[in-house]
Amino acid sequence: MSLSKDQVKDIATLARLTIAADEMDDVVDKLSRIVDFVDQLQAAPTDGVVPMAHPLNTCQRLRPDTVTESNERERIQANASAVQDGLYLVPKVLD
Amino acid sequence: MSQEHDALHTRTLCELRQGLADGEFSATELTEALLARIAGAGEVLNAFITMTGEQALATAADADKAIANGDMKPLTGLPLVHKDLFCTRDVLTTCGSHILDAFVSPYDAAVVERLGAAGAVMLGKTNMDEFAMGSSTETSYFGAVKNPWDLSLSPGGSSGGSAAAVAARLVPAATGTDTGGSIRQPAALTGTTGIKPTYGRVSRYGMVAFASSLDQAGVITRSAEDAALLLGVMAGFDPRDSTSSEEPVPDYLAALSRPLKGLRIGIVREHFDEGLDADNEDLVRAAIAVLEQQGATTVEVSLPNLDLSVPTYYVVAPAECSSNMSRFDGVRFGHRADNPVDLMDLYCRTRSEGFGTEVKRRIMTGTYVLSAGYYDAYYLQAQKVRQLISQDFKAAFEQVDVIAGPTTPTPAFALGDKMDDPITMYLNDIYTIGANLAGLPGISVPCGLVGGLPVGLQLVGPHFAEETLLACAHQYQQLTDWHRIVPGDFA
Repeated sequence: MSLSKDQVKDIATLARLTIAADEMDDVVDKLSRIVDFVDQLQAAPTDGVVPMAHPLNTCQRLRPDTVTESNERERIQANASAVQDGLYLVPKVLD
Repeated sequence: MSQEHDALHTRTLCELRQGLADGEFSATELTEALLARIAGAGEVLNAFITMTGEQALATAADADKAIANGDMKPLTGLPLVHKDLFCTRDVLTTCGSHILDAFVSPYDAAVVERLGAAGAVMLGKTNMDEFAMGSSTETSYFGAVKNPWDLSLSPGGSSGGSAAAVAARLVPAATGTDTGGSIRQPAALTGTTGIKPTYGRVSRYGMVAFASSLDQAGVITRSAEDAALLLGVMAGFDPRDSTSSEEPVPDYLAALSRPLKGLRIGIVREHFDEGLDADNEDLVRAAIAVLEQQGATTVEVSLPNLDLSVPTYYVVAPAECSSNMSRFDGVRFGHRADNPVDLMDLYCRTRSEGFGTEVKRRIMTGTYVLSAGYYDAYYLQAQKVRQLISQDFKAAFEQVDVIAGPTTPTPAFALGDKMDDPITMYLNDIYTIGANLAGLPGISVPCGLVGGLPVGLQLVGPHFAEETLLACAHQYQQLTDWHRIVPGDFA
């Protein structure tokens, strides 16, 4: 296995996911296989190659920093599970 | 509806447009006929997540008024369906996921907006792999889609619902999205025509993001002519997508008859290595011979890094996916876990309950390749190899105008067959992924049957060469009948 159980737990924490105990072995196995598979990239000679971030090798356009959207708070918040007075509710963060 | 209208479902968009213009049938009759067919013969495929029949009939009634007033737009009264990845105002947009299974979009995607403004009638939203992450439409929270050619087989994916619906003659056309082959592969495996345009050609505004540097919208149809009709409406600059191209949109329908004489077709040496089914290879070669008879010539070219395209993709796509999926936190929209004890618990349980296995796998793969200590070795290295792959295409397109080859290594595979081994599933996209990494347009057209199952010829061109692809595909379809063959149970 190229990944250990502890590594996978750390990755899951970073990704804000929890892995059930009975799924752990399968997750470690499949993720390890994927990492092994993509490891073949290491052998490719890439000295001096510019990393490609945009498929047309161009830059993204900028726009003026002005408000273009209309206020649709109620419409948008209709999709939230918990709102009150136009605000999103989350569990208490500060004591 | 009178007797002679019985076969409305067998007609292409262009044929239906003529029928509407001639007053042979009304948009309302057409809409009713297809909704009935979807509810009847189509039920077994599980191709749809949401039907929008009521809305469709209202749009069709408007179309009938417009036609009566002599005010026909390019798509007035023409039925189509959208992959459930496109946001549709006031209509459920689930992306095949539990986490969005109650999400009603407050706005329309640019694609939905443009097709709607041109008069199209949306009949419903199609099933798909969860967040388009899959090649079989089996990762959908709403269950697998079945291939109309054989119900025990997968239609491919991730736009499997769109492909199955078009192949079974439930609808003449469907939108799709293609991040690594998700339009072309299901098109090949269902005997339909699927085009993925150049990156930036069609606006991504309102497409639920998977891998933003690879995602592109396109269509699945029954003919290249219909694809040209729709692409002409969908394509074009949109300031709301920061990677939308300002390149002018040509007249794709006019390009269909462009002569193929002198066209240089590249045959990629590496496409015909081991891995390609022998019967599939014979059909692809026969299809290329048809293009040669029209005066095209063939040149052997090489894509030396082809074998690295799948591993490159499975670093770049999960990396972008892990970033895009971070928006699903249970706070502003989507599923939310019950009774969270704190914010971390809310995030973790919401996401673990809401995402399926494959989506979680890709989020974790992406998190790993972007994490401190691994970023250079994986993500940066993959971006460099992506550049090499792109350069390979560039070099090939100095010698040829278009590359022709297989869309998939084999015909459709059995449902359940590849679900236990992610790598085998990923390798199914070996021939399609390169076009996404390099941002190139690609089209798959049906080119024959292997053991009674369709396979596709894939054409890939340089950036913004959609006209060449559509011309080749259209003229091929004038000389062959593969795109007209209907799966037996749906004839």
